[in-house]
Amino acid sequence: MRDLLAALSGAIFGIGLWLSGMTDTTKVQGWLDIFGDWDPTLAFVMGGAIVPMAIAWQLTRGRAPLVGGSFPAPPEARLGRNLVIGSVLFGMGWGLAGLCPGPAVASLSWGGLPGIVFMLAMIAGMWAAPRLRQRLDGQPVSI
Amino acid sequence: MEQDWLWGLAGGGLIGLAGAIYLLGNGRIMGASGIIGGIVDGTAGSQMRERLLFLVGLFGVPAIVVYLAGGSQTNATTNLAVLVAAGLLVGLGTRIANGCTSGHGVCGISRLSLRGIVATVFYIGAGGITMVLFRHVLGVI
Repeated sequence: MRDLLAALSGAIFGIGLWLSGMTDTTKVQGWLDIFGDWDPTLAFVMGGAIVPMAIAWQLTRGRAPLVGGSFPAPPEARLGRNLVIGSVLFGMGWGLAGLCPGPAVASLSWGGLPGIVFMLAMIAGMWAAPRLRQRLDGQPVSI
Repeated sequence: MEQDWLWGLAGGGLIGLAGAIYLLGNGRIMGASGIIGGIVDGTAGSQMRERLLFLVGLFGVPAIVVYLAGGSQTNATTNLAVLVAAGLLVGLGTRIANGCTSGHGVCGISRLSLRGIVATVFYIGAGGITMVLFRHVLGVI
């Protein structure tokens, strides 16, 4: 059941990313480029995703996950410099290529060589991250 | 296209539905960078299988649907240096910040997580500045 729900969730996520245009790098870069020919699509995607997700968070109250276990703990209150440094680095990469992790996986089958190169570099970055992060604050990476 | 916002809203709804299934079903936050990163750095542990299956769905089902629909384009740059730099920055940054557009953005903002909101402000801000610098000033992308 757990495995099936994970695959189903991934599948719906991927179809949603494609349908919404988020696997098209010109739409992502078009949204970030407020001084160019600005494309508002990403805001609609975010809005459309946040509404069902907010309902889901409400539904977690007083319940347990379908397959058992427990729901994630409330978000940490501490912001920390890793959050800011990491997000700035991510934003720079996101702007440069117009790809973030979800769409990069979803579009891998039709993205050709650029998609594969980006994916390999992203995996290398993820592999190196715990080492860099430990230097930043002496704490290991969680989740 | 003029109805792009409508496709955006519909696709966004599916993204939210996927996140809702992962949360209410498996009790997990649907964050793409966390799911992939944990597999890459070995911290996924007992979640390895479900994460791999999530990625099988994320890669495989769009692959089939888009093939049947006649294909699609990512219109990504073919500049290999830009792609490598971008991939490294996305991989490093999302793991240092512990989240990306799906985890901090969709899942974090929807529960009014301050960390999610702050992360989103910074990655969108950095992305916007990167566009100005590399598209309008340097003309690289």
